[in-house]
Amino acid sequence: MLYAGGRSDYAGGVSDSRPPLPDGLVAIVKRDCPTCVLVAPVLVDLAGRTALTVYTQDDPTFPEEVASLDDSDLSVSYHHDIEAVPTLLRVEGGREVERTVGWHRGDWEALTGQASLGPDLPEWRPGCGSRSVDPDLVPKLRARFESGTLRARRVALAPLEDEIEATYQRGWSDGLPLVPPTEERVLAMLAGTPRKPDEIVAVVPPDLVECSVEKIAINAVMAGCTPEYLPVVLACVEAACTDTFNMHGLLATTMPTAPVIVVNGPIRRRIGMNSGMNVFGQGNRANATIGRALQLVVRNVGGGRPGEVDRATFGNPGKLGFCFAEDEEGSPWTPLSTDLGARAGVDTVTLFPGEAPRSIVDQLARDPESLARTFAANLRTLHHPKLILAFDVLLAIGPEHARVFREAGWSKAQLVERLHALLQIPGAELVRGAGGMAEGVPEAMKDATLPKFRPGGILVVYCGGGAGLFSAMIGGWVTGEMGSQPVLQEIRP
Amino acid sequence: MSDVHDEPRVLLDPTGERELATRPRLPRLESLEGRTVGLLDISKARGDLFLDRLEVHLRDRGANVKRYRKPTFTKPAPRDLRQQIAVECDAMVEALAD
Repeated sequence: MLYAGGRSDYAGGVSDSRPPLPDGLVAIVKRDCPTCVLVAPVLVDLAGRTALTVYTQDDPTFPEEVASLDDSDLSVSYHHDIEAVPTLLRVEGGREVERTVGWHRGDWEALTGQASLGPDLPEWRPGCGSRSVDPDLVPKLRARFESGTLRARRVALAPLEDEIEATYQRGWSDGLPLVPPTEERVLAMLAGTPRKPDEIVAVVPPDLVECSVEKIAINAVMAGCTPEYLPVVLACVEAACTDTFNMHGLLATTMPTAPVIVVNGPIRRRIGMNSGMNVFGQGNRANATIGRALQLVVRNVGGGRPGEVDRATFGNPGKLGFCFAEDEEGSPWTPLSTDLGARAGVDTVTLFPGEAPRSIVDQLARDPESLARTFAANLRTLHHPKLILAFDVLLAIGPEHARVFREAGWSKAQLVERLHALLQIPGAELVRGAGGMAEGVPEAMKDATLPKFRPGGILVVYCGGGAGLFSAMIGGWVTGEMGSQPVLQEIRP
Repeated sequence: MSDVHDEPRVLLDPTGERELATRPRLPRLESLEGRTVGLLDISKARGDLFLDRLEVHLRDRGANVKRYRKPTFTKPAPRDLRQQIAVECDAMVEALAD
């Protein structure tokens, strides 16, 4: 859904600068409209009977015999929300009190209080689209009339400066080309939310900068988002900038982790997200740009850049943006969002502090216990087979693996419970030096049985293409209050 | 040279706006003594006469002078020339008009 974006009663916006309308009857027409041409004699007739002002959108000499006013810059039409021509208004004390659109004799006679209008005309003809709502013109009109609602600093380019190179030179890019954030594009982006451009969404680390809807829209433009994605990006920024998610720590860590975004709810389909084949890969605009927009907000608004506060030893390709949807329709189970407490059918993002996905292959899996053991054996190795409790995991189960559990009647809870049980590990295998490896837990734990994951530390999501007996695991970063924990955030318009 | 764009192109700053949008100029030289000043002739008529006189004055003040010349005044200086001047000089004077 698209919204007017920063219009209406926005302080300092257009409401105070709307061109006033003269009292009496006001008609808005264009020559390039057969219905307007049809009613031209009626306008001439009305002008002789009462106070009538005619605004013409394309040709000030139209209609002949009426002294019409030039609205070819569409200022009057735009600000008074003229959607079709002819539009006939009745104005009293500078305020519009009645409106009719197109030609309908009864309506025109009722509005004007005049009888016998256009006796030779047909009873009714629909109007044509107003030039002020022409999709090709709207971005320019928005920029012309509404850029005053935008607070961001303006960066003027030199005459010979290439605009994409300019975004690189100013340090805004993650390495890939950016869409230059012009006023037109940012205003169009803001139509993706009813929120005011100056509403503060979050305080973004590491510089702890208050971040407005407008700043997020600017970065969403640069990332390549469409306006329909903006609410998802807003939710991602809200979730990332919570104490629970701890974006600062996740950014600053030497580990190769970054926000991994899972989208649930009907919005996945509305914005065309991929939850199937190549779900973590390239090729889907929403998947590719929503995660990128969040990373650009952290980079540009928060000031979080690699080599500065971002101290990652390796990083991972997902730090350009890692966002995907769950295949809720194909899943045998509840979606991730409801596992974390959301109501079914609510649009959400879940942010998980994750590394790059790793493949789990088991092509012989036919019974659930065997496949659970495959999962457990792989999960055991997360970050190190002898490190425990420090990291959560997001386990992405593909359709062919999920079918094994579906056919055996295993619920998701049953699978997760079994995985926790299979990942109870004798301390003797985990202590420092065991297996000839120095890494491990303190010697004092050797007689204990220790779990690989904390309770709730195995999250399951269903996605991926229909062919391949594969799943994937996305390892987490340090969990708990000292680190980062998954955050569920409802997507609001 | 006329602008290739009719209107100035403006982008919206995506940053937290904690830093200046424009790069500050380099500080002025305290003295010309021992510094290298480049003189750029843009290939317009009689620019060389002006620069010849300037060179005399600059040398009198202890500056080293290097002379450069654009192939044509109708086009921006080639990238290599700009790079060379930036590397070799502490200051630069360009003779613009004829």
